Amino acid sequence: MEQKIRVLVAKPGLDGHDRGAKVIARALRDAGMEVIYTGLRQTPEQIVSAAIQEDVDVVAMSILSGAHNHLFPRVMELLKEKGVDDVLVIGGGVIPDEDIAGLKAAGIAEVFTPGTPTTATIEFIKNNLKRKA
Amino acid sequence: MEQAVLLAGRVREGDPRATARLISMVEREDPSRLEALKLLHAWGGRAHIIGITGPPGSGKSTLTDKLVAELRARNRRVAVAAIDPSSPFTGGAILGDRIRMNRHATDEGVFIRSLATRGHLGGLSRACSETVRVLDAAGYDDIIIETVGVGQSEVDVVRLADTVVLVSVPGLGDDIQAIKAGVMEIGDVFCVNKADKDGTERVVREIRAMLETAVMNGASTRFSELFSALSTLSGAAHESAPDEGDEEKAAKEHFQQGAAHHVAKQGRDHGELQLPPVLATIAETGQGIAELVDAIKAHEAGLAATGLLALRRRQNLSWELGKAAADSILSILEGEERRVELDEQAAAVLAKKRDFYEALAIIRASLASRS
Ligand SMILES: Nc1nc2c(ncn2[C@@H]2O[C@H](COP(=O)(O)OP(=O)(O)OP(=O)(O)O)[C@@H](O)[C@H]2O)c(=O)[nH]1
Ligand SMILES: [Mg+2]
Repeated sequence: MEQKIRVLVAKPGLDGHDRGAKVIARALRDAGMEVIYTGLRQTPEQIVSAAIQEDVDVVAMSILSGAHNHLFPRVMELLKEKGVDDVLVIGGGVIPDEDIAGLKAAGIAEVFTPGTPTTATIEFIKNNLKRKA
Repeated sequence: MEQAVLLAGRVREGDPRATARLISMVEREDPSRLEALKLLHAWGGRAHIIGITGPPGSGKSTLTDKLVAELRARNRRVAVAAIDPSSPFTGGAILGDRIRMNRHATDEGVFIRSLATRGHLGGLSRACSETVRVLDAAGYDDIIIETVGVGQSEVDVVRLADTVVLVSVPGLGDDIQAIKAGVMEIGDVFCVNKADKDGTERVVREIRAMLETAVMNGASTRFSELFSALSTLSGAAHESAPDEGDEEKAAKEHFQQGAAHHVAKQGRDHGELQLPPVLATIAETGQGIAELVDAIKAHEAGLAATGLLALRRRQNLSWELGKAAADSILSILEGEERRVELDEQAAAVLAKKRDFYEALAIIRASLASRS
């Protein structure tokens, strides 16, 4: 039986560029994962529906616009509403240190700020999957 | 077992989580999927399976997005299986088709699943046919399969789809070459996308010319099969069968009108030649999409009216069964026990105790006694 880690890479909010998201998508692919990329300007509802249909193990969100304190917890809330509790959710982007504790309290497992090597993200995913892979 | 019953029940109700879960089990070839698939068996066979294939970057995903919108407007529930290649080096994949379609994610009548080929050649993913079966049982009316960008050998989609849309674009010199080399035979409906670009008319003309040549040479293509079945049918209709089902008659007329319409619209006098539709579209703006859906649906109606739908599905299934049987024999041969036996026979052949064909006969006999 072949086990593959499936990751949804999503860009919630309105910011208009996704270089960071593409870099992480490529790094995860090179680490042997299947990455579903949803493109720019996704609503939390779209992200959660896509995560369910794609049956991913991980949702990785990246945000630059500053709306993370609203959008990340909203995704967690919707996942919970749909009864999805076995997906690892991580965040990245321009996120001030003082916001990180709040995001973690909302259920974001880890927050990766700019400059984090992609290998750290890959390691984190491999070690923290909520389902066995 | 209990779990399988539960899972199958939820798939039947159209629960997207259950559907997604079962597809994952299919993808990783989890043996416990079989119980659920067996339970769902009775529900399959209703969906219209539409294949979208063509060269990389020709706009398959953008077209699929627009097809979904148009089919939804016609009150159909739609599922998409979008396939992208896995990296042969790392086994990873970036599945990017969804980018073009994710606006449908929150529509409860739409289910989109991205699939990686996982080493499978032929333009589909390894578990594509089982995935389609799951989506079918989940009650989607139309299932669109977007293949990976095709070269010349990646045409497995004809084994799975009722209607194959072959997408071309202007400005790809060797695109036409690829089509010439035999991919053309697989199309039921032909679409020249990016019609906003120069050279569209020329590509449309070239495709039509090739189709004409194929028809005149009596080449066996998917569409020539359909047209000859249709003409038999209309011959029979002239002798007027009053007990013919209304629905069937309507479907037939619908298709004939559809085909006539498309031929007429192409503005050419084909004489007696019947050609499949060759449509120009601009997927980005949605231009030509309604006509494309009309052509796809007319094709389905034609298949149904002539009985070709059932015939093709049977042929495809028998091909799939054959392949599954071969795979299972292969896995027996690759087992440790067989390896030893093969090795012994090889030694015997080398030692001139028996010849190659005698050794082969012994292996075949021992396989047969096993199954
Ligand atoms: N000019 C023009 N561009 C289009 C049209 N349709 C799609 N495109 C563009 O063509 C590019 C590729 O489109 P996709 O829909 O991703 O093509 P695809 O065939 O699915 O690509 P692969 O899945 O990678 O093989 C995108 O930049 C689209 O915006 C069209 O009708 N006209
Ligand atoms: Mg695509």
